[in-house]
Amino acid sequence: MSDGRPPFSAILGALLFAARQPLSVEHIIKVVQQTSDDLGMDLTVTAKRVLTEIVQLNESLENCGVFVAEVGGGYRMQNQRDCGPWVRRLLEKGKTSRLSRPALETLAIVAYRQPCTRSEVEQVRGVAVDAIMRRLIELQLVCISGRSALPGRPQLFSTTRQFLEHFGMRSLNDLPAKRG
Amino acid sequence: MKSRDEYRISLEVFEGPLDLLLYLIRRDELDIYDIPVDRVADQYMEYINAMKVLDLDIAGDFLVMASTLLMIKSRLLLPDIEAEEGDGEELDPRLDLVRQLLEYKQFKDVALELELRELAQEDIYIRDSTDGVELGEETTSPIHELNLFDLLGAFNDALKKVPQEDLREIFAETYTVTEKIGVIQQRLKSGGVLNFKTLFSSMASRMEIVCTFMALLELIRLGELRAVQQGSFGDIELQDSRGLQ
Repeated sequence: MSDGRPPFSAILGALLFAARQPLSVEHIIKVVQQTSDDLGMDLTVTAKRVLTEIVQLNESLENCGVFVAEVGGGYRMQNQRDCGPWVRRLLEKGKTSRLSRPALETLAIVAYRQPCTRSEVEQVRGVAVDAIMRRLIELQLVCISGRSALPGRPQLFSTTRQFLEHFGMRSLNDLPAKRG
Repeated sequence: MKSRDEYRISLEVFEGPLDLLLYLIRRDELDIYDIPVDRVADQYMEYINAMKVLDLDIAGDFLVMASTLLMIKSRLLLPDIEAEEGDGEELDPRLDLVRQLLEYKQFKDVALELELRELAQEDIYIRDSTDGVELGEETTSPIHELNLFDLLGAFNDALKKVPQEDLREIFAETYTVTEKIGVIQQRLKSGGVLNFKTLFSSMASRMEIVCTFMALLELIRLGELRAVQQGSFGDIELQDSRGLQ
């Protein structure tokens, strides 16, 4: 570049590299716009441009062990899955602990029925879910998203962005299909 | 002796009454659309009784389901007078229950799928993240390979083998859960693997079996022991899981 400013593809790569959570396309556009304004630089990008650049970025990252993945309504850089064991050793992580079956069932019900009350979940599972629900909220996989108009105005629960991230889903459309 | 409350186990962290029903249906390969209610109700009650013996904190929901089963059972025995008068269709009293079971089963299947995806995410790392959701230790389920009902069923079998106790004489029973934890740990140390049936086979008193079973649950909870089953409804083996980490 003649003015010494990086090309958009480089900026995009740097943003994705530094982000702590999945970046939405809107967020990327906003950051680019504001920074260009500050620097007096003439750079405007569209959503389409961002998406095309991400595809190109992934092409040039082939066999680099990392790539840009779409997760939880945004994009993030992550390692290739088959390289996981080496990364785990490096970070000295043991086996990650997993959610219990009852917790997974509760999550599944909330995910499909959201926003839903606790008693709706209990009706399906046939058992009280207070403790599990509290835990899921603590883990930020579920959040209180409002109150129902039903008598007593019970709390409504929904799944969170972290829920999508935890299971590597782009959006709720990625939920496993219900069968039977 | 330690107070019993100390070892009270909340079923909430395990499964509910619908799980138990599905478990019984699967075990005996029953048709979910045509459940032999009297047989299932009897078996269901056996499990409830085993829970009572253990002084498990039985969720009220288990008892609600028990009464629902008994109600359906009795309605199946009685002739449906309204239907016989030619007034309307005969409604199968099992209908609601079947519907509930099927709906629940759908979500159970989804949960299984989610479990696989969670597993697949284990090998994915992101830069300087707080490692996604920190699950901590509480939610690990060392009982994974085996569900609570498998253990309860085996416990029930062990109880049945005990000869009727002579009620005229009273001996002070000296078994404690703490002591049994020690015994199990000792036996695992020498053998490595312990067969569930063998563990209980030499025991002659209910109290001893109950204490041993409680000790087992406690060790599983602490992650010191793993219960593994050879195939569905097969023999249960207990392994020392400390060396596996």
